[in-house]
Amino acid sequence: MTLPQHAWGGGVRVPRHKNLSNTGASRVPPLPARLIYPLRSHIGTAARPIIKPGDRVLRGQCLAQPDTYVSQALHAATSGVVRDIGDFPVAPGDITATCIVIEVDGEGRSVDPWPPLSADADGDAIQRRLVEAGVIGMGGAGFPSHVKVREGLTRTVQTLIINGVECEPYITCDDRLMREHATGIVAGARWLKRAVNAGECFIAVEEDMPEALAALQSHAGEDVTVGSVPAIYPAGGEKQLIKMLTGREVPSKGLPIQAGVLMHNVATAQAVYQAVVEGRPLMSRYVTVTGSVQQPGNWQALLGTPVSHLLQQSGWGGYGKQQVIMGGPMMGMALSHLEVPVTKVTNCLLVQEAARVSMMSMPCIRCGECLRVCPVQLNARALYEYARAGDLDAAQDLHLFDCIECGACAYVCPSHIPLVSYYRQAKAGIAATERRQQTAAENRRRYERHEQRLAADQTAPETAESASPAGTMDKEAMRAEITAAVERVRAKRAANEPPDPTNGGESGAA
Amino acid sequence: MTATSGGAGSPHLHQPASVALVMRQVLMAIIPMLVVMFYCYGPGVILQWLWALLVAHACEALLLRWRGLPLQPHLSDGSAAVTATIFALAMPPWAPWWLTVMGLVFALALVKHAYGGLGHNLFNPAMAGYVFLLLCFPVAMKAWAPIDAGHTAPGWIESLIRFVGGAPSPVDGYSGATVLEYTRTQLRAMKMMSEIGSQPIYGLLGDRNAQWVNVAAFVGGLWLLRIGVIRWQIPAALLSALFIIATVFHLADGDRYAPPLLHLFSGATMLGAFFVATDPVSAPGTQRGRLLFGIAVGLLIYLIRTFGNYPDGVAFAVLIMNGAAPFIERHTQPRILGARS
Repeated sequence: MTLPQHAWGGGVRVPRHKNLSNTGASRVPPLPARLIYPLRSHIGTAARPIIKPGDRVLRGQCLAQPDTYVSQALHAATSGVVRDIGDFPVAPGDITATCIVIEVDGEGRSVDPWPPLSADADGDAIQRRLVEAGVIGMGGAGFPSHVKVREGLTRTVQTLIINGVECEPYITCDDRLMREHATGIVAGARWLKRAVNAGECFIAVEEDMPEALAALQSHAGEDVTVGSVPAIYPAGGEKQLIKMLTGREVPSKGLPIQAGVLMHNVATAQAVYQAVVEGRPLMSRYVTVTGSVQQPGNWQALLGTPVSHLLQQSGWGGYGKQQVIMGGPMMGMALSHLEVPVTKVTNCLLVQEAARVSMMSMPCIRCGECLRVCPVQLNARALYEYARAGDLDAAQDLHLFDCIECGACAYVCPSHIPLVSYYRQAKAGIAATERRQQTAAENRRRYERHEQRLAADQTAPETAESASPAGTMDKEAMRAEITAAVERVRAKRAANEPPDPTNGGESGAA
Repeated sequence: MTATSGGAGSPHLHQPASVALVMRQVLMAIIPMLVVMFYCYGPGVILQWLWALLVAHACEALLLRWRGLPLQPHLSDGSAAVTATIFALAMPPWAPWWLTVMGLVFALALVKHAYGGLGHNLFNPAMAGYVFLLLCFPVAMKAWAPIDAGHTAPGWIESLIRFVGGAPSPVDGYSGATVLEYTRTQLRAMKMMSEIGSQPIYGLLGDRNAQWVNVAAFVGGLWLLRIGVIRWQIPAALLSALFIIATVFHLADGDRYAPPLLHLFSGATMLGAFFVATDPVSAPGTQRGRLLFGIAVGLLIYLIRTFGNYPDGVAFAVLIMNGAAPFIERHTQPRILGARS
């Protein structure tokens, strides 16, 4: 059985560069000296640490718990000592965030795994296990997986899609994972399908991943359909893949569930399997290290491993005018700090020559290639013109917020205009305006209340006289009610007690 | 609002395309046409072309200086060369030197840079310059091909003399009507297509000379399509519309209306379809918009040729639709993914 293929507009063929890293088996790097866990590396609120500096922790032990619904738990990936809880650089950009730092002791002592869920476990039980195991979307967005499962419990899921369409150039971590752990992925897909009672389940890979396809197909059956889609970037985008496989569209500003779809990354499906069947929390992931390194390939990296450690293991000396990109070349972020940790959403480290100065941008010649390749069919050129002119209202009218920042437009632009940067800045500008407006509205309300209170105080002498008797009356009524209640309780207690002639008279008298 | 180029933001990968490369590819696609024109009309074609290149670059450099823009990379982006080349191909091969100067100064100073330079012009500069000359110097702009097969094209010396204005033009035998003009004049003189169609000025497809120029432009255009510098919508829509309307009229009255192939392979049809109407700056960018734009240009070419006052309508048709391009683009936006239909 093959997958349905409904065309989505736009897209561009990009050079793949996959063979650089996907030919060899994944490797396990030596333990790093320390592991760093940002409390918030997912969508939602930060987790709350439940350990303190100096504590000894074991592999699999929970370090931080979710306080809110949309959050995640963190677990130690090996045994060691909690060295610090404080601010450290995290990706992307130059920001720092609160992290738990563990000094690795190298003993690898572990907590006992949880018992596997029974085969008839219901959606709620699976959801609870995913919360416990800290499973979040590993495809990039980092949305807590249990929230998606919950969506599926309350609404109808026609199609469950397990996304193995690794459309960005260079990245092969999902490809290697599918080749090496097809069993776990397909089993995880089946658990997810049962959890949300999905009508059908598709596992999609790209057409140039024959090995992964074959590995998955050997485990698929009637209930899980495995197939490939054309390798057109960004075929693995959530909305694009949903359109391709179901013909349905996720509404603008909406969620996949509104199209009757839930989508999980293949690595997430594997993590679900580990949590549900093997009883292990999410503690490691496949990370591609590729580009200008001596030994490109995939690493089974412990979460929290500093990026520099993986780069060293891949034979990169940090020479020349190179930059390290976290993520793929189309959507990834250049790192300004190499001690940032691998998190649950880190899929790739790409080392490449820093952008050349000659890549200066020229005026737009309106060639329209950006319109042609936009996978959302946005008028990328008009958006750029509005963003550049600062006309943010016009940009919003042209659906700026439907832009998924895939970079296809900037990739084809003959004038080398950094289009995505313009869109990001416009979005940030609009968000800042909205925040200012909210603050202003709040301040206005506060001021109006203040004015009302002042006005009320001025008229206070008149109202005080009329109000105070009412207040006293209330108090008296309340007191009477309390007394009556006490009496009722006493009477009840008396009635329940065995009849006592000595007390009888007293009760009667009362 | 500024954004840093390359380094900071994604994407960090770029296809090997640049404005200069696109312009170079367009120039390469024109070469077959240039060769055929040289063969048909003699060295005047090359003289016009080289002179146009020189004038255009000098003019562009001066304008960039006045606007305070750096000569590098703007002068080497190839846009002035493309404008000059298309302009030179549209010019009659024996036009005097000052015509080219006037046309290109108008095209680059008023049509291009006055509106903000590369990427901002509303009208195609080469066509605007050409039409400017056509309106102001109609006689000098008729210095075209020999009308019958008995004459060969003039040599270098003679071309040079005409170029510097040493010989008055037009002169019988060397300059005269193109097939489009001849057909139009004869038909208006109540002759029938079947009578005039056997004249030696007619070739297999259209004009005895211009048909091969059109074939060369068609070949160059197909190459541009193949490498993705232009997209199929505008040329396909333009040529189909022109072919269909010409066929309808010709079938209705074959003696009063020229056959469709004559329209496709005469005058500037192919140059217009693949190199002028496809100018991205002055055409709509949406796919549906490009189809509409192409259809409108094709119909206008026919209407102007057949019922208008000018033998060839390509330049006028393109300019008229250039003015409508922003409007067309605005009203042909595709439905975005996930939008309520």
